[in-house]
Amino acid sequence: MKITLRVWRQKGPEDEGRMVEYRLDDVSPDMSFLEMLDVLNEKLILEGEDPIAFDHDCREGICGMCSLVINGTPHGPEKATTTCQLHMRKFKDGDVITVEPWRAKAFPVIKDLVVDRSAFDKIIEAGGYISAPTGSAPDAHSVPVPKPAADAAFEAAECIGCGACVAACPNGSAMLFTAAKVTHLGLLPQGQPERYDRVVKMVEAHDEAGFGGCTVTGECTAACPKGIPLDTITRLNRDYLAATAGRRKKTR
Amino acid sequence: MAVTGAVLVLYLVAHMLGNLKVFFGPEEINEYAAWLRTIGSPVLHHEWFLWIMRVVLLASLILHITMAAQLTARARRARPARYRHRAKVQGSYAARTMRWGGVIIALFVIYHVLDLTTGTVHPEYEHGDVYGNLAADFAPERWYVTLFYVLAVVAVGFHLRHGLVSAVQSLGLSSPQRARALHLAASAFVVVLVAGYLSVPFAVTVGLVD
Repeated sequence: MKITLRVWRQKGPEDEGRMVEYRLDDVSPDMSFLEMLDVLNEKLILEGEDPIAFDHDCREGICGMCSLVINGTPHGPEKATTTCQLHMRKFKDGDVITVEPWRAKAFPVIKDLVVDRSAFDKIIEAGGYISAPTGSAPDAHSVPVPKPAADAAFEAAECIGCGACVAACPNGSAMLFTAAKVTHLGLLPQGQPERYDRVVKMVEAHDEAGFGGCTVTGECTAACPKGIPLDTITRLNRDYLAATAGRRKKTR
Repeated sequence: MAVTGAVLVLYLVAHMLGNLKVFFGPEEINEYAAWLRTIGSPVLHHEWFLWIMRVVLLASLILHITMAAQLTARARRARPARYRHRAKVQGSYAARTMRWGGVIIALFVIYHVLDLTTGTVHPEYEHGDVYGNLAADFAPERWYVTLFYVLAVVAVGFHLRHGLVSAVQSLGLSSPQRARALHLAASAFVVVLVAGYLSVPFAVTVGLVD
């Protein structure tokens, strides 16, 4: 396959950045998108140029490190798939592909396609924990969890924190990520003691980090590689209203 | 946004139902319009109810627009660098036209008040004669006014289609089990509301109201 890439190159946080065009003449349709970038980088290194910086780790779609806005869509054209699991057979011979980093004030570019996602860590630090006795592990059946709650919590827990929701959102909001964490912990009995405290603290951390506000456009859930449903945000709103309306003061 | 929007939606329903009085002839709708000024009497003075409602509506509208502007400003701040390549959005047409649609609706509301409340831009406005004012406003030769009304009402429909679902989600009232029902209910509500509003200019155009 012949592929033309238009890649965002930025030397560092202070650099202005620009799109640079690269041509690859021998791309295998069986390569993953990241492997295609690896091939390009080897070529660039041989030519004495600076390779393109991009984030990646497990390359099996579960770590949340890879990113890239491919042709304007976070993680590329394939639904519910991370960039590392996207294959070149999804593109046509002769395609021109635009590759950009996540764009958000809270995700500043470090270099090329790598952005700093520590804003997510701040949100997690604010409330992504439970109080539980540590030491000996409790029996698996000591705390009963209703099956529907377990299923919904698991669905939300699939969030890998990649930030595609922010990249896709026209408002630059991270509400889907925040809601996934709030839902995951708030549905389980172990998450109840901090439930109403958590939602307020995490939303505060979200707003402080400079993310935008949610207007329920649904772009996030369409781009999410794990298919986190939009309803998690409704759940967050419900808990947030309950917490701030004073009805649950006792638990705060 | 959800609460102020809900106030405005309630008004839209009442306004639409009131409009339908036109199909029962001039006496009935003109009588209805006169009755609106006497609601609450004798506790409330003449037209007081109307003015209280106008103040509530205006306050809701101003708050609604202020919050929309704040959200827009926040969105701009949250993404200072734009994408060079933006894919066709996956969300609904209604969702992505909320802001400009809202601006169009606001401009329409100003025109509408000047047209049929104060009569400033109306060709032959006569206070109290709702039936006559409607018939003159949507007369076939003034097709451009009718067209503008139709476009504005359709814009309201799109705005509400996304607004209703969003409001319910903002207030945390939806659930995965009820999501489908919510979307269907919002669509049905919008279709009925838009049809109700459009029936009046349509009736004048085809000569049903003259």
